[in-house]
Amino acid sequence: MTATTTTAGRDAASASRPVSPAVVNALGTVPFFAYTATFLVLPTILVVAGAFTARGGGFTLNGFTQVLSPRTVNIFATSLWISALTALIGAVAGGVIAYALSLSPTGSLGRRIFTALMSVTAQFGGVMLAFAFIATIGINGLVTRLLTPFPALTPDPGFLSSLGGVALVYCYFQVPLMVIVFLPAVEGLRPQWREATENLGGTTWTYWTRVAGPILLPSLLGSFLLLFANAFSAFATAAALISQQSVIVPLEIESALRNENDLGMDAYAQALAFGMIVVVALVMGAYALLMKRAARWSQ
Amino acid sequence: MRKQFTFVAGIAALLMLVPACSSTTGTPAASSGGSAATKSGTATSLTDFGGIDALVKAAKAEGTINVVALPDDWANYGAIKKAFAVKYGITVNSILPDASSKEEIDAADKNKGTDKAPDVFDVGANVALSSTDRFAPYKVAAFDKIAAGNKESTGLWVNDYTGVMTVGYNATKFGEITSLDQLTDSKFKGQVAFNGKPAEAGAAFNGFLMVNGAYGGTFANLQPGIDYVKKLKAAGTLNLQDVTSGTIDSGTHGVVFDWTYNQASTITRLKAKGVDWKVFVPKGGEIASYYNQAVNKDAPHPAAARLWEEYLYSADAQNMWLAGAARPILFDSMKADGTLDATAAANLPSVSGTPATPTSAEASAATAFVKANWDAAVA
Repeated sequence: MTATTTTAGRDAASASRPVSPAVVNALGTVPFFAYTATFLVLPTILVVAGAFTARGGGFTLNGFTQVLSPRTVNIFATSLWISALTALIGAVAGGVIAYALSLSPTGSLGRRIFTALMSVTAQFGGVMLAFAFIATIGINGLVTRLLTPFPALTPDPGFLSSLGGVALVYCYFQVPLMVIVFLPAVEGLRPQWREATENLGGTTWTYWTRVAGPILLPSLLGSFLLLFANAFSAFATAAALISQQSVIVPLEIESALRNENDLGMDAYAQALAFGMIVVVALVMGAYALLMKRAARWSQ
Repeated sequence: MRKQFTFVAGIAALLMLVPACSSTTGTPAASSGGSAATKSGTATSLTDFGGIDALVKAAKAEGTINVVALPDDWANYGAIKKAFAVKYGITVNSILPDASSKEEIDAADKNKGTDKAPDVFDVGANVALSSTDRFAPYKVAAFDKIAAGNKESTGLWVNDYTGVMTVGYNATKFGEITSLDQLTDSKFKGQVAFNGKPAEAGAAFNGFLMVNGAYGGTFANLQPGIDYVKKLKAAGTLNLQDVTSGTIDSGTHGVVFDWTYNQASTITRLKAKGVDWKVFVPKGGEIASYYNQAVNKDAPHPAAARLWEEYLYSADAQNMWLAGAARPILFDSMKADGTLDATAAANLPSVSGTPATPTSAEASAATAFVKANWDAAVA
């Protein structure tokens, strides 16, 4: 709101006296920076400040002390490996699918439908996704009920509330997301490169290890990092599946904020959030570097 | 990109930037005259208003009351909120019904100075004792009928109702259950749940104390409880999803450890569907714990807040709690003066022995123990 008013005000002023084009152009970025400041910079500052603030006010290191306890370090470790695992599964499966898709004729009906399907499922997450799985292979899920006559095949009712269950559900959006973000990179592989390799006596192996591989590697790693951050920051899906055990960091943050048995955990919650910001910042930094390198080949 | 947004949104949600978004400031009570609002805000009993009629008038002028963390199916609160609204023509604005006691206080802090702040609290003992600086002292008309141990002497908080921890179960599906030992049977696979996480939620914490007591544990020795939880986990019967009326109705949760007054709404709801939901108290695991009423010292509707308290400690509302299987604080005095709903009283579950309640020191030590051991026990 503030941003639009400001812009309008300045525009009215510019009618009466000349303003340099650079200033006018810069004005166009005001909504973006106002948005970023409100929803990214300000919350980050509040989290950092909150991590050092005791419930009654005043400075505390209690939050960080608790973050460094073996139990919390363990939660961070679980969060990191489950994100890495689902990102790896997503990257491998999604990468192969993206490559297969790139071989189909551009603009064909099948390809358009498949890509559309991937775009939808990549965005399908949160409580709805958790519910979809509960309704399918949960205790009273459709598949579970159909399989009841075959006890050996019936899914374990506790499976969805285990780490394995969470990983499975995450893969539901990780794989399609990989397809979407990786497809442009494999589409960039030009047939001429392969022909050139073959003309120079290279085999398929040579092509993949010496030509396509190195070209795709930055995109592949970049996509992996994106998937990693995607899983690392996911909350609602896991919360709907497992609510009474803090296995991953976002669940532990919720638990700390809600806790009515121990009220002094606000700083701890903020310190956990701060830890998550650090992890995501590192991942996004690495992602930016890789994308810079990948951009060389995408002209 | 999506994720970055989600992540940011997550942080924003974490911080509960409600005050930043809410542009409304000032209390609506101010419209009915600043001095009246100030007077209501400092009133410590009916005398300060000049009687119940003056209080009703001041509350009606405010027109609204914000209550927090009062789910409709908790201790019959759905009926109580409705009855209050009908009786006084005041809108009952129920905010964050599923919040924890701690989040009630946080909602007051975060919305301080706006008309969104909760006017009254209904909090567990631990939160009540550590948040007295947020409460306004107020003595309801029935204050003197409440024993000294059940209230803060100036009326900062007052016990309102208690329940007994029970095991509720679907008797139509599982038949009679009389012992916690039965719950490791494979027919209960993925069906048994606490109402929350014991290290963070009062109801779940007391549920844990119940199973601990039933297996010979004490408030100082909680290992038997953890051992039992491990046994449930090993048998695959423990369910770690949160309990709601939806999960019970859909059959996801068939056995739930919860307060009597929460089981009561399940019994009524499932009876309509032809399901028999039964309740028992395991021997040795008799646990009770009072919840507490308090008025927000920065209540945006100070008169309505105080009228709400007067109403809750009237025979009408006390009997409604009782009808919801909660034992109201005025139970004994109402029994003596004949205003108690005897039919509802007869429906309270039978308990052998006197239910125990941990002291606040015992509770915090137990919380620390559960916090350290729960996640590993259910992993």
